Amino acid sequence: MAGRNGDLPRIGVYVCHCGTNIGGKVNVPEVVAFARTLPNVVVAREYKYMCSDPGQLLIKEDIQKLNINRVIVASCSPHLHEHTFRKATLEGGQNPYLFHMANIREHVSWVTDDPEKATEKAKAIIEAAVYRIQFHEPLESKQVPVNPDVLIVGGGIAGITAALTLANAGKKVYLVERESSIGGHMAKFDKTFPTLDCASCILTPKMTAVKDHPNIQLITYAEVLEVDGYVGNFTVKVKKKPRYVIEDRCIGCYVCVENCVYKTPKYPSEFDEGIGLRKPIYIPFPQAVPLVAVIDPETCIEFKSGRCPKKCQQACREVVGRDAIDFTQKEEILEIQVGAIVLATGFQTFDASRIPEYGYGRYPNVYTSLEIERLVNSSGPTGGEIVLRDGRKPRSVGIIHCVGSRDRNFNPWCSRVCCMYSLKLAHLVRERTGAEVYNFYIDMRTPGKGYEEFYEKLLHEGVHFIRGKVAEVTDWTINPEEAGRLVIRVEDSLIGVVRRIPVDMVILSVGLEPRADAEELRRLFNISCSAEGWFLERHPKLAPVSTYTDGVFIAGACQGPKDIPDTVAQAGAAAGEVLSLVDRGFIELEPNIAVIDARKCSGCHVCIALCPYSAISFNETENVAQINEALCKGCGVCVGACPSRAIHQQLFKDEQIMAEIEGLLMVE
Amino acid sequence: MEYFYYPGCSLKGTGASYEKSLLEVFALLGIPMKELPDWNCCGATSYMSIDEEVALAMAARNLAIAEENGRDVIAPCSACYMVLRKTQKYMKEYAHIRQSILNALKKAGLTYHGDRVRIRHPLDVLVNDVGIAEIRKRVQRSLNGVRVFPYYGCLIVRPKNGFDHATYPTSMDRLLEALGCEVIDHPLKTKCCGGSLTGTLEEVGMRLVYILLKEAKKRGSHAIATVCPLCQFNLDAYQEKVEKIYSESLGIPVMYFTQLLGYALGAEDSHLGLEQHIVPVQEVFEMVR
Repeated sequence: MAGRNGDLPRIGVYVCHCGTNIGGKVNVPEVVAFARTLPNVVVAREYKYMCSDPGQLLIKEDIQKLNINRVIVASCSPHLHEHTFRKATLEGGQNPYLFHMANIREHVSWVTDDPEKATEKAKAIIEAAVYRIQFHEPLESKQVPVNPDVLIVGGGIAGITAALTLANAGKKVYLVERESSIGGHMAKFDKTFPTLDCASCILTPKMTAVKDHPNIQLITYAEVLEVDGYVGNFTVKVKKKPRYVIEDRCIGCYVCVENCVYKTPKYPSEFDEGIGLRKPIYIPFPQAVPLVAVIDPETCIEFKSGRCPKKCQQACREVVGRDAIDFTQKEEILEIQVGAIVLATGFQTFDASRIPEYGYGRYPNVYTSLEIERLVNSSGPTGGEIVLRDGRKPRSVGIIHCVGSRDRNFNPWCSRVCCMYSLKLAHLVRERTGAEVYNFYIDMRTPGKGYEEFYEKLLHEGVHFIRGKVAEVTDWTINPEEAGRLVIRVEDSLIGVVRRIPVDMVILSVGLEPRADAEELRRLFNISCSAEGWFLERHPKLAPVSTYTDGVFIAGACQGPKDIPDTVAQAGAAAGEVLSLVDRGFIELEPNIAVIDARKCSGCHVCIALCPYSAISFNETENVAQINEALCKGCGVCVGACPSRAIHQQLFKDEQIMAEIEGLLMVE
Repeated sequence: MEYFYYPGCSLKGTGASYEKSLLEVFALLGIPMKELPDWNCCGATSYMSIDEEVALAMAARNLAIAEENGRDVIAPCSACYMVLRKTQKYMKEYAHIRQSILNALKKAGLTYHGDRVRIRHPLDVLVNDVGIAEIRKRVQRSLNGVRVFPYYGCLIVRPKNGFDHATYPTSMDRLLEALGCEVIDHPLKTKCCGGSLTGTLEEVGMRLVYILLKEAKKRGSHAIATVCPLCQFNLDAYQEKVEKIYSESLGIPVMYFTQLLGYALGAEDSHLGLEQHIVPVQEVFEMVR
């Protein structure tokens, strides 16, 4: 069987044990012996770890000594090591596309219990590869330049950190934030665990630095609409929502808010988690960046009836002399060009009303932990005073851990931060009110620098810890001590009895979960999500901030629950990955693109309409379709659709695929 | 759609006023329903704990008959409702149970495919098929001012993923509100009524009955509304005994939700079985007459 490019194929097959990952299920020696019997196979070897240096050396030496001109490695997924082995093939002196990878780990050993069947399937997959590779041809990859500008989506602590790191390295950064101010969840916190330093004292300087940085263009109250292009050359459309206040003119002086026709705040403040109120024109919090007012058209009288005296506008014009309020402002679409994207879109907290037995939404003194963060915050609605809805100070407070987390009815995962923030809140509540504080936990999880020590400190402060999953929070009371209070019913699993603990305030330590629109965002940026909805990293250990889409990186809690130190570390890592991409200046494009044979093309236009990447245009002079190599992603749609069979896709040619199928079916 | 009505033993015995009021309500709303022909015991009670497969096979016989005729089955007794649904679920999820039940059915000349018959509680049918809005339109006598303590019991919400939440159901609350009742929100909606413990571990059973009655009284209820004949029986029949044990007067009427609904729809008292209760219920209606 002669290869397409004339020379007789001389194939080397290398079967990897991957420790026991493959070797534990597949009979590797038997597979190697089988491979030796296949057509044109000159050498077949096994090795413990093919991806190691000595493993790669086997390939290089065989190319040089045995004149191997086709290389097959049977190991893991090409996602993981295709690049490694193509490089080894190249270093051995062969074209890297004369390599093919047979996946006998994810497709075989990891997904079966039966060693015999696993061995048979591994043989079939290798035989398919041997048949296919006869038709491989040398290909060249193309280089295209990389735009060094970067888009960061999400202005929480992750996005802020990545933006500052990149901007300090001299890169132009566009930071897009959905809310009217950056700061994210961290801006709502009072103190941070375990050091108890003030969250805004450490965050606010960074927020201001973002605003003042000459390399950062901050785009708030905005969302990404469309993403086009590919690594190094993305075109992104951003929708800027109207805030009805001209950003450049507003100085954040609050005169408009003070002069609003509503004398007192009336509507639940989103920033204060609904426990504080705001007016229809408001600044979400005093340290907001940008410090610019925003009008909510849902509650503003002018938008509802068109008959407001518009005192805010008048005051801005006459008292401040800025004339910043513009009721006719429209949404704006911006188009930006970047080479890399960092997604730092964060998390949402579990909706506690999904567990009705905990009474959230039914009993006024049941709060979520995020509400309590606002309540204990000195810039919060009560100025940091911890009081019940009726103004009384609580004498006893119950903190329920794992609300929505580690629960197969809701979210199976551990949210990682709740034990620690519960301890922090317990400390703050006890310090400021002297109340008895009860923590109800399943397991205490305090791994982290200084975390276990903080837990120890709380134990000495006299905070109570009861191990057990709370059954319910109820106003069913059975004695005078309980009367008028909430009762937490729980099985104390350390002493083996069911207890009733009467309290005045209940704090539900709600877990972290993917944002409701994570799936939409995933599609928009063409990345993957885990089954739970967290953005999927390229490798859980070795590529934690990369995604399967080149040029798109992830940082912070959008990838999974994490605390501030881990988020900041990951944001730094993402910035580092971006720098290593854009500072290289160019990227290599995979040659697995579609190619049109101009002689066969009838000029019917079918492919042009179907191409999802708008990579095909029509050449009017030649009367044929033509493909932009930089835009083609090798999806194969045009190949399948062409009625003249004029298009083929490199590395996925008909004869390659037919041979692969033939090989697959050869094993009995 | 015409439904099959599966009475079970309770509605022909202690729950006679449930049957009476249910049939009246369905007639008034024009919902066609006929009794499942040749039905037998649902397999609940102690059978389930002695020989589960035989108990399930008994339940499956009813399902098989219903399936032959391709109609949904209304099971007003919560125990029947739970056992019939449990049987369906087990047959779907466990191949060995399905096979053994099919063998038993075969000997009776029957078979069962599953999925074609839905087991429905009348509360589900009234709230979700007829609809609250429609019922509100048909109300002739508002129960305005009657403070009702809705009590669902433990079985109607099981197996889970039925028509309402497993620990905090709300469908009867919404239905009673549509009749004009003042519905009392409380945390004991699915707490145990004592079940069969009133006959076996009397001390525990009585305490459970007391908890519910006491809470209803504390919250100023004029009546308790139930959906289950065993709950109704426990809460109604043992009141005198509980009053003695705990030295406390209770005297709370315990009614089926269908009796309140029937009254609101304009049924005559004699068609609702109001006289068949131990704690008199008529005084509840005197308030609004």
